[in-house]
Amino acid sequence: MVKLMQQSWWKLLAIFLLCYTVVGGLLFAVPRLNILNETIRNLYYHVPMWFGMIILFTVSLVYSILYLYRGKLSDDLMAVETANVGLLLGVLGLLTGMIWANYTWGSPWNGDPKQNMSAIALLIYFAYSILRASIPDPTKRARISAVYNIFAFFSMIPLLFVVPRLTDSLHPSNGGNNGFVVYDLDNQMRLVFYPAVMGFTLLGLWISSLRIRLRLIFDPNYNHSSL
Amino acid sequence: MLWNSLLWILWQTSNTPEMADALRQSGKIYVVVAVILVIFAGIIFYLFRIENQLKKYERHSQHLN
Repeated sequence: MVKLMQQSWWKLLAIFLLCYTVVGGLLFAVPRLNILNETIRNLYYHVPMWFGMIILFTVSLVYSILYLYRGKLSDDLMAVETANVGLLLGVLGLLTGMIWANYTWGSPWNGDPKQNMSAIALLIYFAYSILRASIPDPTKRARISAVYNIFAFFSMIPLLFVVPRLTDSLHPSNGGNNGFVVYDLDNQMRLVFYPAVMGFTLLGLWISSLRIRLRLIFDPNYNHSSL
Repeated sequence: MLWNSLLWILWQTSNTPEMADALRQSGKIYVVVAVILVIFAGIIFYLFRIENQLKKYERHSQHLN
């Protein structure tokens, strides 16, 4: 795993995809819609934050399960650092969403179910960091937080993907709101959106890999474990 | 013919949601793209500096093990 983290091809791919996201996201044609107008381009930057967060949390989940399975402390390190960057992307998603909501929905916080539930999901993941900080013994911390991380992931999924669909939501394709189907189906936008998701996710993985490698060398809890 | 197409463009822009067409036509949008790309390049440059420093430490710690 360290070998892959040291390789640069996927970092160059991230740079290429993100440059493409900036250029294509600002220059390519987008659907002309009321209320949204040019802010529809936020789809290329705000939504990939959440996709990236979910992908990083999924990686974190996998390593937590792996830790419980084989008990390697380096798996715990992978889990915590991917969760940290996932949390960063989630906070950025929340902040950018508030800016966008202020413009299109009239106020930064509308009590929209998806907004509320994503805030709760982030709080659950903040509790993961707090839980870890409260346990000094590294192996006990790794085991307890791995179990917690699995619960955190499986409570995030219904909070983000089930609850908002049960009621009315301002978010597109949730509840009674189908007003954004136009851009949900816009192929021109997919051409930028999916590379953006990949680019931001790879950037997140890059940042977490830097912290993982750093702690493998300097953190006394991990520097004798191998990946 | 020319007049007709001009009228059609006028009709189209007045009946569709407002977009930053002028910003695109004048080419000033490229200024924004350039600024974002320069900032992004700076961040990436810095990430690679961290990367290289880390590689040095990794080589060093391999010698010790």
